[in-house]
Amino acid sequence: MVGIKSYGAHIPRFRLDRNIMQMALLFLGFAPLRGEKAVANWDEDSITMAVAAAQDCLKGEDLGKVDGLYFATTSQTYALRQNAGIIAAALDLKTDSRTADFTDSTKSGTAALLAAADAIAAGSLNSCLVCAADLRVSKVASNGDYTYGDGAASFLLGKDDVIATIEGTFSTTHDFVDRRRLEGERLEHMWEERFIRDAGYMKFIPEAAAGLVKKYNLNVKDFSKVIYACAFTGAHAALGRTLGLAPEQVQDPMLATVGDTGSAQTLMMLVAALEDAKAGDKIMVISFGQGCDAFYLTVTDKIAKIKNKKAVKRNMANKVALGSYEKYLAFRKLMPCEIGIRGEETVFTSFSVISRENRELYCMVGSKCKKCGTPSWPVQRICPNPDCGAVDQMEPYRFAEKLGNIFTYTSDFLAPCIDPPGSYGFVDFEGGGRAGLDFTDCDANTLSIGMPVELSFRIKFADEKRAAVNYGWKAMPIVA
Amino acid sequence: MAEGIKDKVAIIGMGCTRFGERFDASPQDLMVEAFVECLQDSGLEKKDIQAAWWGVHMPDVSVGRGATTLGVTLKLPFIPITRVENFCATGSEALRGAVYGVASGAYDVCLALGMEKLKDTGYGGLPLAGGLGYKAPLHMFNLTAPGGFAMMATKYFSKYNLNPQDGKMMLAKVSAKSHKNGALNPKAHLRKEVTVEQVMNAPVIAWPLGLFDCCGVSDGAAAAIVCRADMAKKFRPDPVFVKSIQISVSSGEEMLYTKWDGAHVEPGYRAGVAAYKEAGIKNPREEVSMAEVHDCFSITEAVAMEDLQFSARGKVKEDIDAGRFNSDGAQPIQIDGGLKCFGHPIGASGLRMMYEMYKQLQGKADKRQLKDPKVGLTHNMGGFPSMCVVSVCIVGK
Repeated sequence: MVGIKSYGAHIPRFRLDRNIMQMALLFLGFAPLRGEKAVANWDEDSITMAVAAAQDCLKGEDLGKVDGLYFATTSQTYALRQNAGIIAAALDLKTDSRTADFTDSTKSGTAALLAAADAIAAGSLNSCLVCAADLRVSKVASNGDYTYGDGAASFLLGKDDVIATIEGTFSTTHDFVDRRRLEGERLEHMWEERFIRDAGYMKFIPEAAAGLVKKYNLNVKDFSKVIYACAFTGAHAALGRTLGLAPEQVQDPMLATVGDTGSAQTLMMLVAALEDAKAGDKIMVISFGQGCDAFYLTVTDKIAKIKNKKAVKRNMANKVALGSYEKYLAFRKLMPCEIGIRGEETVFTSFSVISRENRELYCMVGSKCKKCGTPSWPVQRICPNPDCGAVDQMEPYRFAEKLGNIFTYTSDFLAPCIDPPGSYGFVDFEGGGRAGLDFTDCDANTLSIGMPVELSFRIKFADEKRAAVNYGWKAMPIVA
Repeated sequence: MAEGIKDKVAIIGMGCTRFGERFDASPQDLMVEAFVECLQDSGLEKKDIQAAWWGVHMPDVSVGRGATTLGVTLKLPFIPITRVENFCATGSEALRGAVYGVASGAYDVCLALGMEKLKDTGYGGLPLAGGLGYKAPLHMFNLTAPGGFAMMATKYFSKYNLNPQDGKMMLAKVSAKSHKNGALNPKAHLRKEVTVEQVMNAPVIAWPLGLFDCCGVSDGAAAAIVCRADMAKKFRPDPVFVKSIQISVSSGEEMLYTKWDGAHVEPGYRAGVAAYKEAGIKNPREEVSMAEVHDCFSITEAVAMEDLQFSARGKVKEDIDAGRFNSDGAQPIQIDGGLKCFGHPIGASGLRMMYEMYKQLQGKADKRQLKDPKVGLTHNMGGFPSMCVVSVCIVGK
């Protein structure tokens, strides 16, 4: 039976305290919102967060059996150029795979997951990776500004060895306009909050729950956890009562800790639910967008085999205070910042280079000498080992999941960076090979020679003149 | 059987502009300034120059590519001119071209001229100017020059168990020494003495390097006229003879393989070994009277002392502490103030270094004059410690 084989998540390291937002924005009005929201680093976007979640999900899985990748977001980086294709490249998904983007509604995450499940059930796909990520930007001091958080979830779907089977689905569609954004616009617009709450969440979530329960002759009391989308803390609690749920059945929407992650919200909640689930548990999921997708799962005894995931818990624990609302504005390019005239020099993005050398740049595939075993990145034709020097004896060698140690480093205030200093250095990899890499998600003061690092797919730089966001792998300290 | 170039070529004229933020001067102004002094110093006429080598590293932010800028600016009459570029060794590479032109027997008299105009970009540090190709920004770190060398300081401190304070103190002494020398040099860009404390407390540019660990960013030009050694005394009584010019270039081993320690510059060592062999120098610490080495950053100079075998590996701190490299020490380094005080107009630097060695050997170094130096050495390092070009030139009487 089709179900989930593995899960993963990514929550950016920075948290922005809503009180700090409030202090900065009080002149525009009081917003009674508490807690904090997860804020993507300046070098993250929906694509990189999806890759991070997918890496977490794929840990210990056989990528060779995966033949599909569906990506859901409302904050796609490219409107033309498949975002899922970039994620597939970064993950080294085999090229005879089906990829697709699901966009423009916050229920796109569940839409992607259900489409993947259907493709597997139909026999079109063997195993499909589903990623949902959102990094939404709305007007300063808007409801979205306060409530949105950044994050990603990923699931590997398949038929065998599933940890949870997808038992049934029920979907609704309503042209209900809570939020909107036209082609070419960057910032979202939102209709009145009370309207969205009362005519949206309070109506469509119960409708979807009732439809699912009725269709499969279930009772809400049968579920150990019920996951339902909601952007508003009060309304989320009220919905629990409306649905007749006991408090322990209600899955935490993480609004006070991460924020509303849009397309990823219910799927991140599902990751969190699975982290605590035991065999036999039933979990209901209801997303919200222009209508709802509802489905339910039964957890199998294979759940016990899942371990060493960052998932939600470890990601939650790895947090650093962003400290200032202005820094958030700078990260999201909502405030023009002087980073030096040096930083105004754009480099030319050559897409023939990116296409030709895609596996090296996006997939972090270097070469390994078949004669002496020396791995190299970037790709070499001639072995750099001075005692070997073999010519064209290389096989592809992927570094992306290799761990390493800092060989040397610096933190550079001259390098143009929106969050100076820019830190970078050389990394020696377990298994061999040395590469010079930018560092990310690190504190300059804590870097040291020998520090263990792992790799993370990030934005290298944006080349706005040529409609390019350029990606690559960076090193970041390993967080226990 | 190759026999090298020792004593086959002499330098008979040199010129060097005032280095600095020459907002007053165009690239062509700088070239003419260096050339006029050089030609006058040689006593030759322009028509005597049979071929020229022209060095500029970043022509895209100044004069554009090709050799025509030199011919057109100096009105050289249709002679062969080659533009050379080899990172920060560009000036030395131009000199090498001219010297090899004479040593080969192809010409009697050649010109080398190097110029760089860095201060038309609007920002500090070296221009980016796409110098590493389209792909570099996609796969390289967000690198600057200070960052590239800071990584060597980090590694040096770690390898030789220097805590950051002691390491920074060692480097501060390098910079303070050069500032003291540069203060005496009217052609230098920075002419102020600084204390070790000032250097230590300066703002960090790229950890662990602070502002005074970094050389200036300047405009400038320098030139040399070289001729057959056997002709040299016809033109002047005090020519300076070229003993060796060697260049070593990284093989990729340092950057890609895991054996390099990150605390030395392998091509620096190799270029030194080759140059000493060509010049017949057995004991560089004793035989080299003085040197201008590539001190783009304080750590670069410190490590160069070890690469060039002036100090034993890991022991440069002892020599720095003992004042060995000061103007009154046993082996003065950067007697003109170095890149530290001249800044580093890349195409010019190698020739600017040679200008000081030339003047010192002729006894014409004014307030900076050392007592009877016999052998001078210039050392240029271009690129980054992990991937670089190093030139070593040795000259003598």
